[in-house]
Amino acid sequence: MDRVPGRLRPHLAALRALLLLTVVTGVVYPLAVTGVARLLFGHTAGGSPIERDGKVVGSAIVGQSFTDAAGEPVRKYFQSRPSAAGDGYDPTATAASNLGPEDIVDVLPVPGARNGRGEPDEGRRSLLTQVCSRSMAIGALEGVSGARPYCTPDGVGAVLKVFPAAGPPARAVSVNQACPARPFIAAYQGVRVECGRPGEDYAAGRTVAVRGDVTGVQVPADAVTASGSGLDPHISPAYARLQAGRVAAERRLPLTRVTALIDAHTIPRSLGFMGEPAVNVLELNLALDRER
Amino acid sequence: MSPAAAGALFIASLLLALALCHRPLGGYMYRVYAGTRHSRLELGIYRLIGVKPDGEQRWSGYARSVLAFSILSILLLYGLQRLQSHLFLSLGMGPVEPALAWNTAVSFVTNTNWQAYAGESAMGHLVQTAGLAVQNFLSAAAGLAVAVALVRGFARERSETLGNFWVDLVRGTIRILLPIAFVAALLLVAGGVIQTFDGHFTWTTLTGGQQTFTPAAAAGQEAIKELGTNGGGVFNVNSAHPFENPTSWTNWIEIFLLLLIPASLPRTFGRMVGDTRQGYAILSVMAILAVLAIGVTQWAELGAGGTVPQAVGQAMEGRETRFGVSNSGMFASATTLTSTGAVDSAHDSYTALGGGMLIFNMLLGEVAPGGVGAGLYGMLILAVITVFVAGLMVGRTPEYLGKRIGTREIKLASLYFLVTPALVLAGTATAMATGTGRSAMLNTGPHGLSEILYAYTSAAANNGSAFAGLGANTAFYNTSLGLCMAFGRFLPIVLVLALAGSLARQAPVPVSAGTLPTHRPQFVGLVVGVTLVLGALTFLPALALGPLAEGLR
Repeated sequence: MDRVPGRLRPHLAALRALLLLTVVTGVVYPLAVTGVARLLFGHTAGGSPIERDGKVVGSAIVGQSFTDAAGEPVRKYFQSRPSAAGDGYDPTATAASNLGPEDIVDVLPVPGARNGRGEPDEGRRSLLTQVCSRSMAIGALEGVSGARPYCTPDGVGAVLKVFPAAGPPARAVSVNQACPARPFIAAYQGVRVECGRPGEDYAAGRTVAVRGDVTGVQVPADAVTASGSGLDPHISPAYARLQAGRVAAERRLPLTRVTALIDAHTIPRSLGFMGEPAVNVLELNLALDRER
Repeated sequence: MSPAAAGALFIASLLLALALCHRPLGGYMYRVYAGTRHSRLELGIYRLIGVKPDGEQRWSGYARSVLAFSILSILLLYGLQRLQSHLFLSLGMGPVEPALAWNTAVSFVTNTNWQAYAGESAMGHLVQTAGLAVQNFLSAAAGLAVAVALVRGFARERSETLGNFWVDLVRGTIRILLPIAFVAALLLVAGGVIQTFDGHFTWTTLTGGQQTFTPAAAAGQEAIKELGTNGGGVFNVNSAHPFENPTSWTNWIEIFLLLLIPASLPRTFGRMVGDTRQGYAILSVMAILAVLAIGVTQWAELGAGGTVPQAVGQAMEGRETRFGVSNSGMFASATTLTSTGAVDSAHDSYTALGGGMLIFNMLLGEVAPGGVGAGLYGMLILAVITVFVAGLMVGRTPEYLGKRIGTREIKLASLYFLVTPALVLAGTATAMATGTGRSAMLNTGPHGLSEILYAYTSAAANNGSAFAGLGANTAFYNTSLGLCMAFGRFLPIVLVLALAGSLARQAPVPVSAGTLPTHRPQFVGLVVGVTLVLGALTFLPALALGPLAEGLR
């Protein structure tokens, strides 16, 4: 140490400190935590696996899709929330949608056109249209109305582009409804509303979202939105109750039995005030499978 | 109980718990840094490092040690990532691309933890635990050391030295961070956070699909990631991931951890300068700013403003069911009021004004209560600027804690303040002016600008959270954000230590009738005002084009 030139001394100390503290915090600490965790909480430390007939079928705290190979909901199971993780509930590609509150204008797919990879043009569906179309699909599945504010009856965002951007309107287009769809309103401030023509650039117009007069929305909020992780293991008790009738009918179980199972698998707020009540979908579905 | 009432109780219980810990932990940290005795373990460490623990350093030596340690840390972390496929415990992950490895190395050494990679598909066990998590400890300990050195500058008289960086670094790591992190990690495992060095395995789901288990030693890393206000998630979606944050009460613990040390440091400061009232004044400023910020975000998120939240009925996009809207908003406020940057929900999907408030929290300099160490020194700089402004009003030479704030001192404080705006505004402008910068936006219009503004703010303020829609894993963003993080961390540190050096040299000024008392509500109000006015004046134009334009139409 004493033979090292004075200017370099702090650097040598820095290197030794870094290596030593790496051993302490990067080797000893994680091994100690792992050792004690495995001793005391072996099940949770290993990811809370759930087994059925000796085989792991999932993790108690990671959500999964209850859809068939075609992506359609399996009717005898409670359905999870929408997911932005990979193709849905993919733990190797966790993600949120990251779409903002004013993401409301779609890019309509142009029939016959190809994208850069030679696949058919799919356009881009805004967050609003995703919410509206999920709401309609869930409404149809559960036999209730899927109508929501700012949504058209055909399940896209009720959004107009109005031209010119300032002043009295001369032209109005329902941009998320591809022709030949019938626009959700006939006229806007005396101007006839057109359907959206794929490929046409409406960027210059003023964006007007139309709330409509929907009251008493029947499909809950968590059912139409993707979670932060894409692996949300829970749904709200309201969404579970909405699905109870369909699941009971499909399994020929009394509705009261299914709602009792929902209640048994509802996790209340911790200490009465932390978080929100939530129903663990995988555990509920496993309990249903044990019924019959 | 209504969600809003439960959310209010959640916030109140957190604030109460922090208030209860403020004195004991603040006092403990005072004893850690003021104590003269070394434990046998520490003496062994100093011998191996090759430093004399009782040898004090001048400010320049202290700064050189911080910089040398940080540069070597960046090199080691860069090397670990580039070579991970040749080392053990890689989980089959390949080498990290050079630009991304540089960005990540700088990010973790600067306590930022901006992540342009997805943990579950890029980093193996070795890089996570022996690389990234190590810097979670060491960058936090370095931040604490710099803050303590500044406080010593105020507390000492006619002194050329500020303490010994190596002693402060080792004590902060071993006596403060490690024990708390260890206990917290076990609590998290009890709640369901995973902690395993196993490999991947796949199972068949109830409907015949495939799902893969993504292993990680997550609990240990999660604990220090919050406690050290680092924020870098083991997995891509950070603390929204059930393996990182499985229940509503682990969520409470994580928020508590990330606020714990910053909220206790004012007590340490008060004890070190020999007047705990000064600590309470600083704590009051932090508390007022924090409560205002939390209130605005809660109001915006529970109000669900904006077209999509109105269509949904709740701001639930990007939120986990078990947390709900209110608790997610509290996490988001806490993570941006400190320099943490962990997220338990997607900030990009927040309401325009709620998300805008998160940006503003960071733009205020992350001082309420700020990052571990960085929050305290940032707040003390604002206090110095405040006494200077107050001194101008009454025409007296400004003083703070018995030290004269002369030309040199106010120059250093002003330069400190200017670093963040320069980096944020120049960075955002550069990105907006280039095609590669603009094409990374996921959302269009004002929200797209918010994504880029958020990115440069997060990098320059060493936060690390993101409006994650921005496709930031490009050579342009990795390089420019990496530079912002490095300058945003090390320029302020050098300026703070220079200020500490010149304060320590001074003889104390006796208190007179004309001295501005800095422990009274009047001074607290002044600092709050100066902080808000400086922040608003600097950033209002940029905010007006992004979140305000989106939220106020």
